[in-house]
Amino acid sequence: MSVATQDTAIRTGRVTRTLIYLVLVLFALFYMLPLYVMVVNSVKPLEEITGGGMMNLPVVFTLEPWAKAWSSAQIGVEPTGLSPYFWNSIKMVVPAVAISTVLGALNGYVLTKWRFKYDTIVFGLILFACFIPFQIVLIPMAKMLGLMGLAGTTWGLVLVHVVYGVGFTTLYFRNYYAVFPTELIRAAQIDGAGFFQIFWRILLPSSGPIAVVSIIWQFTNIWNDFLFGASFAGAGSQPMTVALNNLVQASHGVKEYNVHFAGAILAALPTLLVYIVAGRYFVRGLMAGSVKG
Amino acid sequence: MGFLDIDNTTKSYGAVEVLHKVDISVQEGEFLVLVGPSGCGKSTLLNMIAGLEEITSGEIRIKDAVMNGVHPSKRNIAMVFQSYALYPNMTVGQNITFGLEMHGTPKPERDKAMKDVASLLQIEQLLDRKPGALSGGQRQRVAMGRALVRNPDVFLFDEPLSNLDAKLRVDMRTEIKKLHQKLGTTIVYVTHDQIEAMTLSTRIAVMNGGYVQQLGTPQEIYDAPANIFVATFMGSPAMNVLPAKVEIENGRPTAQVILHDGSTVSLPFSQDNMKDWAGKEILLGIRPETITDEDAADRKSSNIAHMTNRIVVTEPAGSDTFVTMTLGGKDVIARMRSDANVQAGADFTFAVNMEKAVAFDPKTEARIAP
Ligand SMILES: Nc1ncnc2c1ncn2[C@@H]1O[C@H](COP(=O)(O)OP(=O)(O)OP(=O)(O)O)[C@@H](O)[C@H]1O
Ligand SMILES: [Mg+2]
Repeated sequence: MSVATQDTAIRTGRVTRTLIYLVLVLFALFYMLPLYVMVVNSVKPLEEITGGGMMNLPVVFTLEPWAKAWSSAQIGVEPTGLSPYFWNSIKMVVPAVAISTVLGALNGYVLTKWRFKYDTIVFGLILFACFIPFQIVLIPMAKMLGLMGLAGTTWGLVLVHVVYGVGFTTLYFRNYYAVFPTELIRAAQIDGAGFFQIFWRILLPSSGPIAVVSIIWQFTNIWNDFLFGASFAGAGSQPMTVALNNLVQASHGVKEYNVHFAGAILAALPTLLVYIVAGRYFVRGLMAGSVKG
Repeated sequence: MGFLDIDNTTKSYGAVEVLHKVDISVQEGEFLVLVGPSGCGKSTLLNMIAGLEEITSGEIRIKDAVMNGVHPSKRNIAMVFQSYALYPNMTVGQNITFGLEMHGTPKPERDKAMKDVASLLQIEQLLDRKPGALSGGQRQRVAMGRALVRNPDVFLFDEPLSNLDAKLRVDMRTEIKKLHQKLGTTIVYVTHDQIEAMTLSTRIAVMNGGYVQQLGTPQEIYDAPANIFVATFMGSPAMNVLPAKVEIENGRPTAQVILHDGSTVSLPFSQDNMKDWAGKEILLGIRPETITDEDAADRKSSNIAHMTNRIVVTEPAGSDTFVTMTLGGKDVIARMRSDANVQAGADFTFAVNMEKAVAFDPKTEARIAP
């Protein structure tokens, strides 16, 4: 492995190499800067920020802003902190990711292994869903949710995100299954496995990499979504992003920047965690199928 | 009625008919090989027997039960695929028993069946491995084990040896033949390798362009090919086919063939019905191994003809030496003993076993004799 890499890597002199690293380090620092600002300011008292020391390390270290953002900050009219909204988001994201991923896998399975007349047209239409801007569907979606009695509920949001995500998950799984050997499906048919048995026993166990791609993609998109949350959520179902906005936009009292920073980090943590846990499969899954072996 | 009947079966994709009225009846315990060039419809026919492809018209019956529309798992067939199609996420043992599990066989019985098959194929030590950790030959065995364990009425093989290297292919060929002799099951086997077809089969169906060109025992196919396609497809090197004119000499029909220098040699036919072609052009088929030196000529043959012709090229191949000459305006290959005294550029007297010669109608390309 290392031998091969050495052989194929472009040979560079010491000076060029140093230059490359210098540039890379600079870029890294530049990209880390916002995170640095958020972290240091979330652990200092408010006076240190209003005193004009945004870039300084904290003089007095305190976790008070974090505690406040989580459990007692004023969100809208209630001093509940972000915690109830965090759970709202979890209750929305987990089923939405699970359902859209399973549906995408099933669609991919049918579109590649149970071909039917006009299946490419169906796939084209599903793909089309990936390109519809959010804003266009807002009003019809509100109407539909109302008709179904799901307006303002977590399940309403789950439905919206599933509908929106299924285009992407179908695309991922279809392309992944397109290179999955059809002979395996045929062998399983002869062995007597039915439609769902083939799916569960043969196809899904080999779908790890693409499932990770689908889960990461869906999780980050749904967790970070603001527009649908702001448009369709009711008082009891508002997600984290909407609550964070309400926290930061509060029009009365002092602006507690340290609490805002802590809240923003809290809102970003779950996606960060998903990337760290599953990230190395992400690239692998995206590349799968493009290169054999 | 046979054990497996393919009755006037056709297959169309849209408006294109890829199999035309195939009619084959297979007896119990037979080893039928479907052979033909790429794209001739072998796999399609096999998949129709398996139930993986629909039958456009006609009927397929197994043990007199009509199989049209019957699900693959309900036909009591087992199939070995070209790519082996082993389930990558399961161990060898699970691969072998998956079919039994799907058919609701209880675990103790499954385990016993697995052990029996594993010992038959000598793969006991591999049962806990995943297919990814097996060699090509081992995968091949596992794929056969998966088929055997079901104890099916008919085995279907789709080019099972084509992914193996040459040596392993020969070994596995013998193994499959042994297995068939031992178990006596009915087998339909697809290959495009004519040697596999000859060595394994009890009967061969030679296919081309969606038609069965000839159905018969290996001997029939080899000695009396139905037409020029079958004659040249089966056998290696291929049968020599050259133009000749039929003339009667001393009351006997003969083939007049032009030698390298433009002179004519007269090769007498063994078949009297060639008289009907007197004065007409035909195509003469001569297998390379029936052109030899005088000493190696078949002593049992009642009809050895001689001709002296110029040798163009000699190709020693160890056990044989292949000799190329110009005959009837074509390159004609003779298969000689390796110690035959042949030299390129020299004239040589060949012995031709005309008892084995085949004649074809130049218009229809069908066989007219024997
Ligand atoms: N789904 C399909 N749609 C249209 N034509 C098809 C389809 N599947 C196969 N064919 C055609 O049917 C013919 C027979 O194909 P088949 O796979 O049976 O060939 P084969 O004899 O097995 O060849 P090979 O030795 O290459 O495997 C080919 O001409 C092929 O192009
Ligand atoms: Mg084929």
